[in-house]
Amino acid sequence: MSDPSNPSRRGALQCMAFGGAGTLFTLSGGLLTPMTLVQAATEIPSGIPLFLQISDSHIGFNKQANPDVAGTLKETIALVNAMKTRPALTLHTGDITHLSRAAEFDTALGLMQELRGGELHTVPGEHDVTDGMGTEYFARFGKPSDNRGYYSFDHQGVHFIGLVNVMNFKPNGLGGFGDEQLAWLRTDLAGRSSSTPIVVFAHMPMWTIYESWGWGTGDAEQALSYLRRFGSVTILNGHIHQIVQKVEGNITFHTARSTAYPQPLAGQGDGPGPLTVPAGKLRRMLGITDIRLVRHHLALNDNTLA
Amino acid sequence: MYRFKHLLAYPIAMLLLIASASASDAHTIVIKKFMFNPMDVTVPAGTDVTWENQDGEPHTVVSLTNDFRSQALDEKDKFSHRFDKPGTYKYICSIHPKMVGTITVVAK
Repeated sequence: MSDPSNPSRRGALQCMAFGGAGTLFTLSGGLLTPMTLVQAATEIPSGIPLFLQISDSHIGFNKQANPDVAGTLKETIALVNAMKTRPALTLHTGDITHLSRAAEFDTALGLMQELRGGELHTVPGEHDVTDGMGTEYFARFGKPSDNRGYYSFDHQGVHFIGLVNVMNFKPNGLGGFGDEQLAWLRTDLAGRSSSTPIVVFAHMPMWTIYESWGWGTGDAEQALSYLRRFGSVTILNGHIHQIVQKVEGNITFHTARSTAYPQPLAGQGDGPGPLTVPAGKLRRMLGITDIRLVRHHLALNDNTLA
Repeated sequence: MYRFKHLLAYPIAMLLLIASASASDAHTIVIKKFMFNPMDVTVPAGTDVTWENQDGEPHTVVSLTNDFRSQALDEKDKFSHRFDKPGTYKYICSIHPKMVGTITVVAK
């Protein structure tokens, strides 16, 4: 962190300035250790930018909570493009659009093409597949997964797995993977060494944050049972438009901010809808997460737009 | 005498029932505060049921037996489906599957 223009440090300082809840994790001897942002700003080296997480851009939303979601996505893209060292990958963890409409997907793709964030990887959110089949989503993003939505790939020694937990809903239920996808995941992980760092990305939280609002994945435990033997597992989710994180053994769970609008804290208000905040506060509640490789460890850093 | 009155009352009641059924051939369910209101509705066959979303958050109306499915309904958007066949139709919002409802269709 010797370079004061380092965007990671700048992001951390901004979070502190606004009293944000950002926390940074480093992996130490197979265990992820949370650090405060004060420590992060002073002790963490800049690291190799590994990848970026962007989530819940909700293109098509136009209500009071943020009448210009395309504008805030553009600001997010500008934030990334201004980074001194650019990530090689960007993961979008779903709800690219608000109503799954073709025009919304086209707008989002047009904007994302401006992002100098390397290769773009996506998983759908429930807002992207409201037609049931996800026709518009898969027409644009189906290729890497052969139109299944879930797939895996390797990058710099890290194994990345994109999962879909928004197309297998049960009444009164949480998100779900379904048996077919879980069988695929088991096979995908079967031959891998436990020392391979794993990054899983999916839209809905893979642990139950708030059951009454459906903030969880009903059959996540099955997926986690395949992941527990690995020394470093980072699970990145979206959906709830705010940062919530927890560490369980070698597994770090983290939900990202939205680029569109915040949502209330669990259980506050009528339901998990858009939260309108004073205009000056909005950009402090929107942002992205960048993940760096710091001395062979993964470090998560949350950045806000203001 | 009692028996005679009962026999007369029955056809009159039937007529009233038919009249009220044809008068309520349309039925509206309001979607508000992440709930279908009313959640459980009984309608005679041939009724057009309309859902209207009054939340700022989009919702869908998705049959669990693939009998009907709305697009994402934004605030003030409506979706209608005509129920011709008697039966019990359960549905959810596919964006918020905590939201559930039932349409019971009875023979006219």
